[in-house]
Amino acid sequence: MAVATGAIRLDHVTKRYAKVVALDDLSLSVDHGVFGFLGPNGAGKTTAVKILLGLTRPTRGSGSLAGGAFGSKASLGRIGYLPELFRYQSWLTAREVLALHCELAGIARARWPSEIDRILATVGLADRGTSRVGTFSKGMQQRLGLGVALLDDPAVVLLDEPTSALDPVGRHDVREIIRVLRERGTIVFLNSHLLSEVEQVCDAVAIVDRGKVVAQGDLAQLLRTSSVRIRASGISRDARAAMGRFGELDDGADGAVLIKGIERERIPDLVSAIVASGARVYAVEPQHESLEERFLSLLGQ
Amino acid sequence: MRAVLVVARQVVNEAARRRLLLALVLLTLVVIALTVWGVSRVDDLRNAGQPLSDAQKKTIVSQLLILVMFMFSWVLSFAALFVAAPAVSGELESGVALAILARPISRAEYVLGKWLGLAAVVVVYGLTAAVIELVAVQAVSGYQPPHPVEFLGFVLGEGLVILTFALALSTRLAGMVGGVVAAILFGIAWLGGIVGGVGAAFNNATITHVGTATKLILPTDGLWRGAVWSLEPSLVIAAQSQLGPAVAANPFFAAEPPPAPYIAWAMAWIAAMLLLAIWSFRSREV
Repeated sequence: MAVATGAIRLDHVTKRYAKVVALDDLSLSVDHGVFGFLGPNGAGKTTAVKILLGLTRPTRGSGSLAGGAFGSKASLGRIGYLPELFRYQSWLTAREVLALHCELAGIARARWPSEIDRILATVGLADRGTSRVGTFSKGMQQRLGLGVALLDDPAVVLLDEPTSALDPVGRHDVREIIRVLRERGTIVFLNSHLLSEVEQVCDAVAIVDRGKVVAQGDLAQLLRTSSVRIRASGISRDARAAMGRFGELDDGADGAVLIKGIERERIPDLVSAIVASGARVYAVEPQHESLEERFLSLLGQ
Repeated sequence: MRAVLVVARQVVNEAARRRLLLALVLLTLVVIALTVWGVSRVDDLRNAGQPLSDAQKKTIVSQLLILVMFMFSWVLSFAALFVAAPAVSGELESGVALAILARPISRAEYVLGKWLGLAAVVVVYGLTAAVIELVAVQAVSGYQPPHPVEFLGFVLGEGLVILTFALALSTRLAGMVGGVVAAILFGIAWLGGIVGGVGAAFNNATITHVGTATKLILPTDGLWRGAVWSLEPSLVIAAQSQLGPAVAANPFFAAEPPPAPYIAWAMAWIAAMLLLAIWSFRSREV
């Protein structure tokens, strides 16, 4: 892979803990949009984010975040981060937590009240600003954590499982927030194992399993491999052989044939081949493969 | 530097909001009330039906004050130890530290801020409680120890030593583990002071060296001896000194203040332990 450029860059990063390899020669580059970093639990997603933030050091490899070295003040000054294990000072109010982060982020004091108001409204906590964090539900704490990550419009926002504690309304809200961020030009790095969510908001994804990237690219490109259902009569042995060259065959109960793992651009060729073999085609129905199906098939490999 | 102060302020804020300061103040008031009551009773003491002489009363009050202050030094040290032991590890375990450390703040600033905040809590509490205690005893009995300012320096120094030690442990060990380790070593250092005194009493060089080594490795007991000395009226020192070298083993007596190089050593020890804490946390993966 060519050396990556961009706002988020990991070049051949390996992380080993004693005998466990958390990340194995991971390379990726994100310079715009919403990037989904997907994988099952324990795949190394959080380790990758912690390396970007300098909280953990890579065993090998290099990279950068928001134009600065991992963990450098220059880099950390331009990013927002919602940890997977989010917890905020229970003895402070939501406003005080945000004020603390305003101060740590170096935001001018005069701007704090308006910035805090804006953030509380964005994450739906406008009426709970003066409540102690200790009285918050997990979902409210996660909303607050998202607010902390969004303070001062950072250039890059890293969200590690941002909806793990949220109900369906909360998840919807987070998707809307991410869409607004994308429109504003913010780069969002989204760690998740909730595929339907990722599918709805991400421009590009990398699927990681046991520390290795198993697939990476635009979502549309990644889901290009699909399946197609063919209804035809007079399918000879030769016709089946011809179809088998395009993908794995699966006979449906209704007499149709499903060809799995075919790229969309090859569907017309498939139809030509079937017709050339003498069969009569009644219907061609491309099937949309969901990210989940793709994910499971990749992990199964 | 700004980040150091932000972290320090959070520590003080947490101590106040979580009612640690309130608990300390209330318990200290109880101790002071008991001391005042005890000291006020000294006037009523009789020796074979005769009232005590002023010298006798002064000796009794001074010894009472040393015992109370001994307890106070332990309370201060253990309070310092228990707030410092989970200061870093607790925030790492709960996850509170993750969001903070992802801000433009260095590990050194984080540790220094924690130390500064904890030290402020310990010094302000220790100073206030000790001064009230000394003033209350003086008001009731008229007795004032000979070196009150030095006493405050020694006893607060002792608290800062154990605080810094527990904070350094906190960068690597869970709060409970660090707290137990620091408490055990604090106890060993106290025993080491007695053991060293026994060595001095019996002219045993090896045992004396053990005592000296513990005083250098963890200078809590060494500073406590300075605190005791600063509370002793000269007539007590004179009387005790006649008992010979054996009194060196008595943890409630010190014939001399710690030498200046030892005080310098204790200050350098705190600075070095703080640097060790910073180095340890820098290389820690969170």
